Amino acid sequence: MELWFSEPHTPDVKLSIRVDKQLYSGQSEFQRIDVFESKEFGRFLTLDGFLMLTEKDEFIYHEMITHVPMAVHPNVKKALVIGAGDGGVIRELTRYSDIERIDMVEIDELVVEVCKKYLPRTACRLEDERVSIYYEDGLRFIRSKENEYDLIIVDSTDPFGPGEGLFTKEFYGNCYKALREDGIMVNQHESPFYEADATACKRAHKRIVESFPISRVYQVHIPTYPSGHWLFGFASKKYHPIHDLHGAAWKLLGIDTRYYTPKLHQGSFYLPAYVEDLLRSVEGRNQ
Amino acid sequence: MGRFNQSKAPIYDALVEFRQNRIVPFDVPGHKRGRGNPELVELLGQQCVGIDVNSMKPLDNLCHPVSVIREAEEMAAEAFGAAYAFLMVGGTTSSVQSMVFSTCKKGDKIILPRNVHRSVINALVVNGAAPIYVDPEMDRRLGIALGMKVTQVEKAIRENPDAVAVLVNNPTYYGICSDLKSIVKLAHAHGMKVLADEAHGTHFYFGESMPLSAMAAGADMSAVSMHKSGGSLTQSSFLLTGPNMNPGYVRQIINLTQTTSASYLLLASLDISRRNLALRGKEEFAKVTALAEYAREEINKIGGYYAYTADLINGDSIYDFDRTKLTVNTLGVGLAGIEVYDLLRDEYDIQTELGDIANILAYISIGDRERDIERLVSAMSEIKRKYGGDGAGMFTQEYIDPRVAVSPQDAFYAEKESLPLAQTKGRVCGEFVMCYPPGIPILAPGEEITEEILDYIRYAKEKGCSMTGPEDAAIERLNVLREVWA
Repeated sequence: MELWFSEPHTPDVKLSIRVDKQLYSGQSEFQRIDVFESKEFGRFLTLDGFLMLTEKDEFIYHEMITHVPMAVHPNVKKALVIGAGDGGVIRELTRYSDIERIDMVEIDELVVEVCKKYLPRTACRLEDERVSIYYEDGLRFIRSKENEYDLIIVDSTDPFGPGEGLFTKEFYGNCYKALREDGIMVNQHESPFYEADATACKRAHKRIVESFPISRVYQVHIPTYPSGHWLFGFASKKYHPIHDLHGAAWKLLGIDTRYYTPKLHQGSFYLPAYVEDLLRSVEGRNQ
Repeated sequence: MGRFNQSKAPIYDALVEFRQNRIVPFDVPGHKRGRGNPELVELLGQQCVGIDVNSMKPLDNLCHPVSVIREAEEMAAEAFGAAYAFLMVGGTTSSVQSMVFSTCKKGDKIILPRNVHRSVINALVVNGAAPIYVDPEMDRRLGIALGMKVTQVEKAIRENPDAVAVLVNNPTYYGICSDLKSIVKLAHAHGMKVLADEAHGTHFYFGESMPLSAMAAGADMSAVSMHKSGGSLTQSSFLLTGPNMNPGYVRQIINLTQTTSASYLLLASLDISRRNLALRGKEEFAKVTALAEYAREEINKIGGYYAYTADLINGDSIYDFDRTKLTVNTLGVGLAGIEVYDLLRDEYDIQTELGDIANILAYISIGDRERDIERLVSAMSEIKRKYGGDGAGMFTQEYIDPRVAVSPQDAFYAEKESLPLAQTKGRVCGEFVMCYPPGIPILAPGEEITEEILDYIRYAKEKGCSMTGPEDAAIERLNVLREVWA
C-alpha cells in the first residue's frame, strides 16, 4: 500500500511524505486538524493540509525561535507566546528557571488537545505551573496589554486562515505596546524563496520595521518547510540581537540544544545577498 | 405560510435549465458565452460569462415580465411583505428616482429631510418637483443630522397642504430612524404618499429586533438596496410598493429610464439573495447584530472613540437605531473621521465604508468574520496610540440649514457662470457639492451659498474628504446662477 501526504509548496512544487498511518483527523471551529505517523519524520501535524511540524525537525524551529531572544534579553520574567498550540515553544521556555510566568494564547483549543494526546514530545510541558493558557484570538488578547511582557514569541501559522491577524501592523503595534521598555518580540517570518512566501515575508518585515526601533531577521533550515529556508524576525525596543548577545552567560545555564549555539546565533543573522535586498526594499528610511 | 415556496429561485432555476439546453446564440450579447472575449472569461470565469445573456422567452423580460421574472417579483413581494416588488438593475438610485417619478410631477411639492442621498435631488432635477425641506435635528456632539421629528413633518404638512409626498430615510446612512409609522399616519391623513429610502434597511425586513420596515409601517413605496445588507451583486436593488400604488403605472415609470438589456447576473443575484434572506435571514442578521454589538463594546473600551449605541434613542429624532450599524465618532481621539478612515486604509489595509468630518462607518454584514472585527478594533486602538491627540479645534458641524432660492431643476438648467470659491458667497449654486461617501449634498442646485457653507467646504477639503459634484473637480470654483436672486 502506498499512502502519501502531499503539500503544495507552490502551484508547481510539492513535498510528499510517505504515511504509515493516520492517527487523527478532526475539524475544529477554525480549521481541519490531522496527525500522521511516518517512517522518515515520525509523527507530524497538519492544519488545513499545511504541515506545521514533524517530530524529526521541530527542534530546529523551536530552539531557534526561543533561545535567540533568551540569550539576548538578560532578565526575562514574563513571557507571552501566541499560537504555539503544539507546545514546542513552551517546552523550550520552561527550561529557563528564571522565567516566572508564561502566558500562552492559542485560538484553537482542539489543537492543544490533539497535540497533548498525539504529540507528547512537544506538548510535554503545558502543565508547568508557570504556564497559563488562554484560548482566544491573539489580536484580541494583546489589545488590552500594556508594558507587561519581557518577551513575546509569535509562533503563528501562515498569513492566511486563522493566523492572518498575526501578520498585521495593528498586531505588531499592539505587541510593541504590550512589551516593557526593553522587551523583545520574535516572530515566524515566512520564507524568502518562493514568490508567495517572499511577498508575505516582505509585508511582515515592512510592518515590523514601522513598529519597532530595532528589527532584524535571522535564518534557519527546516527541511519540511517550503524551500527548507526559513526566517524569523527579531524586533526589539532596546537590545541588539548580536551586540547584546550574552553567549557565555547563556552557556553557563547548561541548556542542552541540538541546533542552537551562541556562535550559530550570530551567524544566523548574516543573510544571503538576495534576502538582504528583499528586506532592504521595504525598510525605507528607518534603518 | 405564504403563497410561495420561498426556497425556490425561479430566475436562477431558469438560467440553470437554459445552460443545460445549450441554446445556440444568434442574439446579443456578442461575446456569445465568452467565446468572443477570452480575456473577459479569464477575469470573470466561464460560469459567470455563460449566463450573461439577453432576455428571451424562457428567461422572461424585465420590461414586461410574464413568467420567471414576474414570479421572482411576486416572491420578493411576499418575502418583504409588500403588495408588489420590482427587480431593479440601475442601482437603488433607479429605485429612488422611480419613487419620485411615480408620485410627483413638475411643480409638485415633496416633503423630505435635507440629508437625503443625491439620487433624490437628482430626481427633482429631472422631473421638476420642488423640495420642501424639513430640517433634521442635528446632534452637535456626533456631527450628524438625525431623523425627522414628527412635529416638524406636521409643520411642513400644515404649511404645504398641497404637497403630494413625504420622503423618509429609513434609516439614515448612520443608522438613525424616524418615527415612520406616525409619519405615515400623518401623511396619509393629508392625502400624501410616503416614500422610504431604505438603501440601508434591507435587513429590517428579515432580522429580529430591527427597526420597523417601511412596508410594515404602511409606506407606499420603498427603495431597498439589496446589494448592501442583502448580499446581492452591486447595482441590483428592489423597489417595493404598498397596496395603494398601481404596479402597472409604476412599471411604466420604471421603463422610462431603465435599460432594455437588464443583466441576468444582477437579476439572478437578487433572486438568490431574496431566497437566502427569506430562509435564513433571521439567523444571518442575528449574527451580524452580535458582531456589531461586540465591535461596539470593544471600541468603546479603547476610550476616546464613541461607537454609537442604542442609548441614543430619544423617541423622536432618533426614534430607533439600527444595531447592525457600526458608526464611530472619532473626535474624542483628536482625529477627524476622514483621517481615521484614511489611516485605516493606508496604514492598516482596512477599508471602511465612509469617513466624514466626525465619524467613520464600518459596514458589518453577512460576510463578516470575527477575526476581521478583531483587526478593525486593534487597528483603531493603534491609531489612537500613534496618531491620537486631545481633540481641540475639531470641527463638528455636518448639517447646514439650506436656503432654497430656486427649484433644483430651474437651477440646474439656468444660465450659469463659474466663480472662484471665495467669490460665490450670496450667490445661488447651480450644481451639487458633496463628500462621497456618504453622498449627501452640502449644496444642491438652487441653494444659496453662505459663508458657513464655504467654511465647511474648505475644512472638508483640508481634512482630505473626497469631494464630488462640481464641474471643477478640484472644487476651486463653483458654477453659480448668473441672475442674482438674493
